[in-house]
Amino acid sequence: MVRLILQRVALGALTLLAVSLLIFIGTEILPGDVAEAVLGQGATPETVKNLRHLLNLDLPAHVRYLNWLGSLLQGDLGTSLTTGKPIVDMIATRLGNTLFLAGTAALIAVPIAIALGLIAARFRDSWIDKTISISTLATISMPEFFVGYVLIFLFAVKLRWLPSLAKISPTMALGDKLYLIILPCATLTLVVVAHMMRMTRAAIINVMSSPYIEMAELKGATRSRIIIWHALPNALSPIITVVILNLAYLVVGVVVVEVVFVYPGIGQLMVDHVSKRDVPVVQACGLVFAGTYTLLNMIADILSTIANPRLRQPK
Amino acid sequence: MVKGKPFSFWVGAAIVAFFLVVALIGPWIAPYGESDAAGEVWQPFSRDFLLGTDSLGRDVLSRLLFGTRTTVLLAVSATALSFAIGMFFGFLAAVVGGMVDQLISRVVDVLMSIPTLIFALVVLSLLPHSKITLILVMAALDSTRVFRLSRAVARDVTVMEFVEAARLRGEGLAWIIRREVLPNTLPPIISEFGLRFCFIILFLSALSFLGLGIQPPEADWGGMVRDNANAIGFGLLLPLIPAAAIVLLTISVNLLVDWQLNRSSRPRIQ
Repeated sequence: MVRLILQRVALGALTLLAVSLLIFIGTEILPGDVAEAVLGQGATPETVKNLRHLLNLDLPAHVRYLNWLGSLLQGDLGTSLTTGKPIVDMIATRLGNTLFLAGTAALIAVPIAIALGLIAARFRDSWIDKTISISTLATISMPEFFVGYVLIFLFAVKLRWLPSLAKISPTMALGDKLYLIILPCATLTLVVVAHMMRMTRAAIINVMSSPYIEMAELKGATRSRIIIWHALPNALSPIITVVILNLAYLVVGVVVVEVVFVYPGIGQLMVDHVSKRDVPVVQACGLVFAGTYTLLNMIADILSTIANPRLRQPK
Repeated sequence: MVKGKPFSFWVGAAIVAFFLVVALIGPWIAPYGESDAAGEVWQPFSRDFLLGTDSLGRDVLSRLLFGTRTTVLLAVSATALSFAIGMFFGFLAAVVGGMVDQLISRVVDVLMSIPTLIFALVVLSLLPHSKITLILVMAALDSTRVFRLSRAVARDVTVMEFVEAARLRGEGLAWIIRREVLPNTLPPIISEFGLRFCFIILFLSALSFLGLGIQPPEADWGGMVRDNANAIGFGLLLPLIPAAAIVLLTISVNLLVDWQLNRSSRPRIQ
């Protein structure tokens, strides 16, 4: 099993390297370059040339990639083109904020989704199950901003229970922060719960036709007991996978939610700098997002290997 | 043949047809121009302005009608292009196999390890904002999913005897793909087309909502939500109108896809 996990870690590292190369190439093969983009149409050839030299754009591509990768590994993400500040400083607090929001949403969403999935499987084909499957269809068809604005309209504007903006700052107490992020958290939860719940239900129902379930039934175990003690442990591997894939999705879905609630996270930072065409900042944010995503995918594979006894023993 | 279609199919079909008709004739029946400042800011529903006016005093109904065309047209083009790219490479990988398959599959693996929205943001920070760029970016990113599916279904077909027979007959690659693989892989691909179309509508709306999709003053659903987001603080439902159009269309397409999936998974009675 250790070998299998090591292989997966190596693959993950390789993917990350490929991702960094891809993001680098993406900025490379496109028409024009950063210098032209920054200076705009009024640039003279001399100013473009100077800026190119300043940004090391006159070096060959592979040298620049290795330079970039080298400084990246030392934690140096470069400097912003628009503000001139080091990107690491811009990202650090915002990444913390984003992880705080996504993490809180995950802590709420995962238990709810698994519990609802188990309930749907327990009362299969009843009205509970049907309601759950219809609401799933509805939520996968809704953009995050729709859910967000509906919640704002109901709870912030009509009922006036909660704030509509989530402008947290580092000096706030944890309680105040949590109060401000109730609505964005609820939005993210609603968006990810449906899918996780559906897959949990499917995974449980899938193992319910196994002979050992029939055995347990004949033994006289109750349906709830069968689901929790016999079906759940065997369905754990697909459930873990889908939970973590949804966490990965959460990290991306957070971009739109941050914009809706004006939350000072890394997603909003990225969107702001895309419109400003501040390429180094966008690249850095893109790498952080892609890195988190790849890492979570890797963890999903490793955990499901551990959870599945058949995969633990290599053939 | 017509009998036995579930109620949900008819609901879905009616709403999708409605949106297609609006996309076709919308601009002609719109009471005002797309970017005409026809009235005061944020007027309520009235006889002059059936759905009120927006943050710049433009008629919401007219913009919704124009926006339907822009959104649907763009999404259909991007989905079609995405399928053209994805199916071409998917079938190629499945039929040729070997190194070609390995090479394309590994490239797709890497592309899929970056979330699409993040990838799109990186690319859009460099490319000029235009509809062509949007279509290309969305189609290219989405084609990886189409590739995975079409490769998988085509691999099931390429091991069949009739493909072997065609190969032994000396038929060319293009002939085999067109006459043997394509007809036999069509049902799952049609369902996938519906799902990818929904995904692209949501994707495009998200980009426009973030201000990186369709550029103002041209109207589209996601952009209209963005333009009027502030109205919600004043208790107006304005930004929810275009958002509801997105939800309605994607749910309806999903209903059709569900029906198609159920139909093709059931054995056909002759």
